[in-house]
Amino acid sequence: MNVLLDHLAEFREGFIGTVLLTLASGLLAMVLGVIVAGFRVSPVPPLRLLGTVWVTLFRNTPLTLLFLVAWFVVPVIFVPGLSPWTKALLALGFYTSSFVCEAIRSGINTVPVGQAEAARSLGMTFTQTLRMIVLPQATRTVIPPLSSIFIALTKNSAIAGAFSVTELFGVQKLLSDQGFAIAWIFLWVALGYLVITFSISGLFRLLERRLGVAR
Amino acid sequence: MSSSVLYDAPGPRARLRNRLYTVLGSLAVLGLIVFAVYRLHAKGQLEPEVWDIFNNAGVRTNLRDGLLTTLKVFAVAGALSLVLGLLLAVARLSEHKPVRWFATGFIEIFRAVPLLITIYALWVLFLTYKNDLGVLGTDTGFWGLVVGLTIYNGSVQAEVLRAGINAVPKGQVEAAYALGLRKYQVMTTLLVPQAVRSMLPTMISQLVVTLKDTSLGYIILYPELLYAARTMAGNIIVNGENPFTAVTIVVGAIYIAMCLALSSLASWIERRGRRAKTGVVVAAAAEPAEQPGVLDVTEGPLGPVEGDENRPTAK
Amino acid sequence: MKLRKSASAAVLAVLALTVSACGGESGNAGDTPGETGGANQPKLPTYTVASDVKVDSPTLKKAQQAGKLVIGAKNDQPFLGFEDTDGKRSGFDIEIAKMVAADLGFKPSQIEFKTVDSNVRETTISKGEVQLYVGTYTINDERKKQVGFAGPYFLAGADLLIRADEKGITGPDSLKGKTVCSIKGSTPLQEIKKPKYGAKTVELSKYSECVQQLLNNEVDAVTTDDAILKGYAAQRPTKLKVVGKPFTKEPYGVGMNKDDKALRDAVNDALEAHEKNGDYKKAYDATLGLSKSAYTEPPAVERY
Repeated sequence: MNVLLDHLAEFREGFIGTVLLTLASGLLAMVLGVIVAGFRVSPVPPLRLLGTVWVTLFRNTPLTLLFLVAWFVVPVIFVPGLSPWTKALLALGFYTSSFVCEAIRSGINTVPVGQAEAARSLGMTFTQTLRMIVLPQATRTVIPPLSSIFIALTKNSAIAGAFSVTELFGVQKLLSDQGFAIAWIFLWVALGYLVITFSISGLFRLLERRLGVAR
Repeated sequence: MSSSVLYDAPGPRARLRNRLYTVLGSLAVLGLIVFAVYRLHAKGQLEPEVWDIFNNAGVRTNLRDGLLTTLKVFAVAGALSLVLGLLLAVARLSEHKPVRWFATGFIEIFRAVPLLITIYALWVLFLTYKNDLGVLGTDTGFWGLVVGLTIYNGSVQAEVLRAGINAVPKGQVEAAYALGLRKYQVMTTLLVPQAVRSMLPTMISQLVVTLKDTSLGYIILYPELLYAARTMAGNIIVNGENPFTAVTIVVGAIYIAMCLALSSLASWIERRGRRAKTGVVVAAAAEPAEQPGVLDVTEGPLGPVEGDENRPTAK
Repeated sequence: MKLRKSASAAVLAVLALTVSACGGESGNAGDTPGETGGANQPKLPTYTVASDVKVDSPTLKKAQQAGKLVIGAKNDQPFLGFEDTDGKRSGFDIEIAKMVAADLGFKPSQIEFKTVDSNVRETTISKGEVQLYVGTYTINDERKKQVGFAGPYFLAGADLLIRADEKGITGPDSLKGKTVCSIKGSTPLQEIKKPKYGAKTVELSKYSECVQQLLNNEVDAVTTDDAILKGYAAQRPTKLKVVGKPFTKEPYGVGMNKDDKALRDAVNDALEAHEKNGDYKKAYDATLGLSKSAYTEPPAVERY
């Protein structure tokens, strides 16, 4: 109990850090994921290849390694001078985007081909098919896996703590180094994560219910 | 191509347009690669000296030892997580409320907490009580990492297996009870084998996650592949710089190779499972969902599970 | 199908790498420091191992039973605590560890060195994961709450490592708006974080990673003890330099269990004895001296 009350400021700062990092990198992952999913289903071979390589690369690399890339390779080859927070954002966003992409792609693939063909034979254009037939159905199938992807993202953001970003894990380490009993710190930090992850799954369940159809 | 959901079979104009996009896309991809290589070259990362470090015996031994350590942790943690997953899944489906509650609580807590935090907390705990722990106390780094990975991945595997058990048609269970089979017989001869069979691809995908997560050992200074490589890169100086880029590329390739090998095993099993006609659907080799309820089938063979408020209530 | 093919190709590549790991050239990759090459380079002293040591210390008794002493050290600080690609450790801290261990009755072969980074020092020492810790470990009151200190055996001071062509940074007071890299939990970091300096900080877990950030122009300075920084500068004399204005006092001590007073006294005795018989200076000349830091007399041991 005392650990929490005496270090409320640290806990709060860490909690907010985790929330912000999750939100920002979740947004980046969504944007990139949609783009790459578009690449993966496009009729243009090089774009499809790019999408496949992207997903293979980012899904099969440990996130820690991506953090190292953001810290030691990106500044050398691409953009120098990013802040630690931006680096964490990039690593988390790129890593998660590959999962988002796969979720979206499989969502699109669950729409029966016959429906799209029917739409086209009715004379609907590409955008119309996408907007009225494919997307509404794909969105519904995509929401549950997206929810779990964002929960995983929340947890993965803990790795940023070892790379100069203030978040909940850093709090655990700081207090543990100061000699407080690990069990209590663990419990409080775990509670912090539970709050975030349960809000995410609650939010998505709400979305699911809104978008769900009576079957 | 014609079976795509999004696109009609291209006509002459669309084909022309696609060809144009193909050229433009190829140019863009090529441009990106050339740019990266050019920058690497400009920064002296492609000098032969930088890559020559991998011809050094010490460097190779370090990498090999790191790889073996990673594989050792993965083997032990992977096996233990499957065992724990099975136990937790069965416990969560138990008819005894305390057992079910315990399993549910265990699974929900450890799935919600970042693995990094679990590993670190376990390590500190093991260090504190290292004299009373016997085997666990001898190599706290190894066991901290292994137990952390086991607890987390075991919880996820439990949910995967539970989904598999719930997917077995209810009639089979009723038939088994009607034949006079006992509860444990139904579980061991009927439910678990079919659940494992149908969920094998998903379980292997989770093993890929386990493999990737061994790299979290850096937080407790455990010398697995990534940490060993990081230490090594920090201590070698070539042309006045540390070869972080070269080492990152090589280590990344090793990880990707290992994960691809495992996930291709998963897709192979998935394809084989599709061919077999046993009535049990083999799940796609996707990573299991993190959120409770996603994999659930509301009406399982054992009836709806109580005490699980996270299940979707959609009817 | 495609996936399978590429995967098996990749596995083959990994196998090839591991198999060929048995071959390869020997020797060290890159220019590793601390190599005793020239004939006129100072030689490392050897220490007489005491026999039949009787100290009423629970830590030491455990080590004697096990026949080995577990000592925590750094592995990424040239001339202080460094490990080359062959796993050979060298440096001033390693020598201090060896001379103390010798007086406690342990041969160099009976020492098990463990790499312990700055950010987990308190945890590993207080939980007994390492029995002694010799790794640029500053003695201060905050840490005394958790670990016991013998020494100090060396007096360093926080300084700044900058790129050789850097003109703007002349000391800690010129850091306003600059980005400074250091290690989580290190004392110079806590100093530089004070608002009066106005510096932005980046915290990593290894100094070598900070140095690489400095070389990549990602940070403007690295701060830690001058002894450590001089080692990095000596490795890359054309690219890096040390400002040379220490702004804190960092007395290095040997860390150990907080309550083991007998062991603390024994280590203090050992340090004093080796400072007197000249081993200390010889060890200094053969390690830290190579990074062109001038020899200074060791500070007086503080017993408490």
